[in-house]
Amino acid sequence: MKVVEDAKQAVQGAASAVMAKAVQMAPDSWMPGGKPDPLIRAQHGHVGRPVSRVDGPVKVRGAAPYAAEFPLDGMLYASLVFSTIAKGKISALDTTAAEAAPGVALVMSYRNAPRMKPMPLFMTSEKACGGNDLPVMQDAKVYWNGEPVALVLAETQEQADHAAALVHVAYDEEHSVTALAEAKAKGVEPGQFMGQPLKFENGSAEEALAHAAHKVDQYYTTPRHSHNAIELHAVTVAWDGDHLRVHDASQMVAHTAWSLGHVFGIDEDQVHVTSPFVGGGFGGKGLWQHQVLAAAASKLAGRPVRLMLSREGVYRIVGGRTITEQRVALGADADGRFDALIHTGTTAMSHHNVLPEPFILPARSAYATKTMKLDVEVAYLDMVANTFMRAPGEAVGTFALESAIDELALDMGLDPIELRLRNEPDKDPTTGAPFSSREVEKAFRDGAERFGWSKRQAPGTRREGEWLIGTGVATATYPYYRMPGGAARITLRADGATIDIAAHDMGMGTATAQTQVAADRLGLTMEQVAFNYGDSTLPGTVMAGGSQQTAAIGASVMAAHRTLVTELLKLAGNDSPLAGLDADAVTGVNGGLAKIDDSSAHESYASILSRAQRDELMVEAEPPSPLETMHWSMHSHGAMFCEVRVNAVTGELRVSRFLGSFDCGRILNPKTAASQFRGGIIMGLGLALMEETQYDERKGRIMNPSLAEYHVPVHMDVPEIEVMWTDVPDPHAPMGARGVGEIGITGVAAAVANAVFNATGKRVRDLPITLDKLL
Amino acid sequence: MTPFSFNRATDQSEALQLAERGGRYLGGGTNLVDLMRETVEHPAALVDVTGLSRDIAETPDGGVMIGAGVTNSALAAHPTIRARYPVLARAILAGASAQIRNMATVGGNLLQRTRCTYFYDVEGSRCNKRRPGEGCDARGGFNRIHAILGASDACVATHPSDMCVALAALDAVVHLSSASGTRTLPLTELHRLPGDQPQIDTVLHPGELITAVELPAASIAAHSTYRKVRDRASYAFALVSVAAAIAVEDGRVSDVRLALGGVAHKPWRASRAEEMLRGKAASLDAFRAAAEAELADAVPLNDNGFKIELAKRTMTAVLAELAGVDA
Repeated sequence: MKVVEDAKQAVQGAASAVMAKAVQMAPDSWMPGGKPDPLIRAQHGHVGRPVSRVDGPVKVRGAAPYAAEFPLDGMLYASLVFSTIAKGKISALDTTAAEAAPGVALVMSYRNAPRMKPMPLFMTSEKACGGNDLPVMQDAKVYWNGEPVALVLAETQEQADHAAALVHVAYDEEHSVTALAEAKAKGVEPGQFMGQPLKFENGSAEEALAHAAHKVDQYYTTPRHSHNAIELHAVTVAWDGDHLRVHDASQMVAHTAWSLGHVFGIDEDQVHVTSPFVGGGFGGKGLWQHQVLAAAASKLAGRPVRLMLSREGVYRIVGGRTITEQRVALGADADGRFDALIHTGTTAMSHHNVLPEPFILPARSAYATKTMKLDVEVAYLDMVANTFMRAPGEAVGTFALESAIDELALDMGLDPIELRLRNEPDKDPTTGAPFSSREVEKAFRDGAERFGWSKRQAPGTRREGEWLIGTGVATATYPYYRMPGGAARITLRADGATIDIAAHDMGMGTATAQTQVAADRLGLTMEQVAFNYGDSTLPGTVMAGGSQQTAAIGASVMAAHRTLVTELLKLAGNDSPLAGLDADAVTGVNGGLAKIDDSSAHESYASILSRAQRDELMVEAEPPSPLETMHWSMHSHGAMFCEVRVNAVTGELRVSRFLGSFDCGRILNPKTAASQFRGGIIMGLGLALMEETQYDERKGRIMNPSLAEYHVPVHMDVPEIEVMWTDVPDPHAPMGARGVGEIGITGVAAAVANAVFNATGKRVRDLPITLDKLL
Repeated sequence: MTPFSFNRATDQSEALQLAERGGRYLGGGTNLVDLMRETVEHPAALVDVTGLSRDIAETPDGGVMIGAGVTNSALAAHPTIRARYPVLARAILAGASAQIRNMATVGGNLLQRTRCTYFYDVEGSRCNKRRPGEGCDARGGFNRIHAILGASDACVATHPSDMCVALAALDAVVHLSSASGTRTLPLTELHRLPGDQPQIDTVLHPGELITAVELPAASIAAHSTYRKVRDRASYAFALVSVAAAIAVEDGRVSDVRLALGGVAHKPWRASRAEEMLRGKAASLDAFRAAAEAELADAVPLNDNGFKIELAKRTMTAVLAELAGVDA
């Protein structure tokens, strides 16, 4: 089995390598984005304006319904019982007391759960999105500490929770691998990310390192992190015959509908998933066992079910970011130009998921180097399947890489910004592809001026009372992605238009920014445009992940818009001022279409539709495959500046200033984008200073499944955060924009660690930077 | 949460009667209700005593009597407390959040239970405090927030209160009431070290009610402060905290009060350090020597060895600041 899989992957790998080369060599004009999106030229519309959220008013009124706020007739409430061993079998399960408890409708366990297929594992097919591929309550086996082993349904949440505590489970425990050292001793395997090996070699990097004039060679470690979106994972489900209705908190409604269909042996059209409002996703709001269990229990009980995970429940069954051990070695010549860049290491994963933390991603495209070696190895643990968490790879990979660069700059007596700029590549260092747009130097220069970087002092020389003060800098980086599967529908009426796409808004402002974009594209006001999303019955399979939604929606709406314009011109016919023009020659202006550069040739949508005796015109289209991501090297960057104060007595660390200077293409909405940048930076401060899932290696159990003991930054930990951007449009991205959802967390931990060194002369290579490391 | 009955006591005798029938006293509920949700605690009956004794009154001999039902917020904001016992106001404000302090009562604060994560993990971990005799998973586990002083083989938990650390330094006296009468206890004798009975946090008798906390008159307390060191800027329990008051005359320590939080199963009155300092020259060396002496018996666990040095440094810095000695 393993051999067959390996062979298949090798063939796919070879085929995709050939394909990649062909795409790279093809002319620009064949590529999506080869001809810049006309919206990039439009500078006086809604795009670029700091528009407030379109969903703001309903949210502040409490009128926006979240997944656990759909009351259905006859609904039961669910509560879960979690395993307390990492591996073994349930030897005894006593549900008598729970079943007899007040209000209890049923207790579900492997004994009575409906037969279901495992969730189709994320990325194993186009719409597969299961967080793991384990049997869901199908037998007595236990695969991780915290796995759901029973579910109670009751008339109220309190009754369900009480009864869950009355379920008694005994286990036959088997030997489990829960300590990283043991897992590594058992052997590691090469890591893969999105079907590609996490391995790259160019030249003899170790040899080049050995002979380099200047070098650093260090190990960096990062702990596990758990997802802590403010909205707990929740789902409300109901069956109508063999049709399943799901109110979910989701970043992937269409994927979830398909995957749940697969689990229950029904067609994806029989599963209707909606998710109009989501209280934060960050990669964690996918398909986990709770949705499957809720649907199974609902089927068993014949009644609708609401299952909202407790905070503990989120820690136990929703994966987070996994642990990493990273080596970064840099060799440079006398001028600081890299002869060798080595970034290798180990990450832990379960046997039942597919995401090794890909911490080498930043190194693939960040710096020019004569030789390079990148490698991620995977050690296997019996633990909850880890998953995507804001900038998987980049968030922790930049900590190691950007710390090492700071160490090298110090060793050479060079300004760390200067060292970075000396190693700016002129083409992608691993693929050789040209950059679509790369304004790293501008981001650094502008940021440095605003931050006052030139006032920086030598390490350990600034002090106010007990407080040592220092500044640090690091590069932020995140790729432009656009995943296949996009599609959008536009319905045009005389008085406006509706855009339909199965995309998502987890609070970041998708609906707002996309309404701005659609209004500009159609030549309408924002009030005339309705943007519908978060519904699996809408066109497209668009995941809100990889910061790719802006591009995926943008390209889908562009495609639909072009179809719309073509259809409108046909309807307009020869009696229109637009007669004889093709889709390339017109643009949406002032409630209709006009000839580009000659707005006197204009006809309103109302006029065209009325003459054609149509109330509306509905079109749907798919964008071309995202080949632009192979033809060009497309990446966003940022320069992260940080000032810290470290208490010389206690080691307490406070970040007193932060500035992020970003290059993410065109910013569609400065208000919502600034919030995303700031939010990312705050999450980065948590990563730097305090976040750590306490995974007890003796039993594989998470010991701090609570916001009291798992620390995220509180207001007092967060200083004023300034953000700025180059606003240089990427000519090859829809609207000229690259996504801004994840880049904010990248580079932050290194900027903090570098500032800590500047303040104290102490280098911390192990996150989080807690005070004991600075005593 | 296990179902329970709920009664609000309108006066002290009613509270005592309800407790005699098995009721557990409920203050603001900011800790007990959490523990009930986590099924660490499952009282069959709760007796809400927040309606009793919400007064803060000066006593004839110049002290202050604080009703057990006074909220943490009200106490911290009280002008007399702020002026004459600043260490207490600061300790309270260093704890929890404004919302929790608005609910939490003085009596309830005294009876907070440990934040040891193994104590909270009812289903998944062993804990002698929860189930006596089954073992302690905190030893050898995550014990960053655990004890360095006064721990036992059975238990390494710490008491989480900030307020109690200040009260320990201030020689506060706890007023108690029960069916058999009333009594008083120095706060420093209210909480126990774990020994081989870690399931018992305090020396209270079953059904005994805390009615008030009395602060004796002490001019030294006006020159006092509280410093809390923790893993984030707010809303975290102390790794180490120091409550201190000092009087210096002619360069010599004429009197001193010192207590530590986050280091033991109870608020830790640093008597040994106090004794060493009385009459000594107020100097950085003397403060450091006293801190060394206080921590001489400290025993580190795998994660918390840093707390020994941290406690010494924080004690030294706090005393230096209060005494006006340059660090």
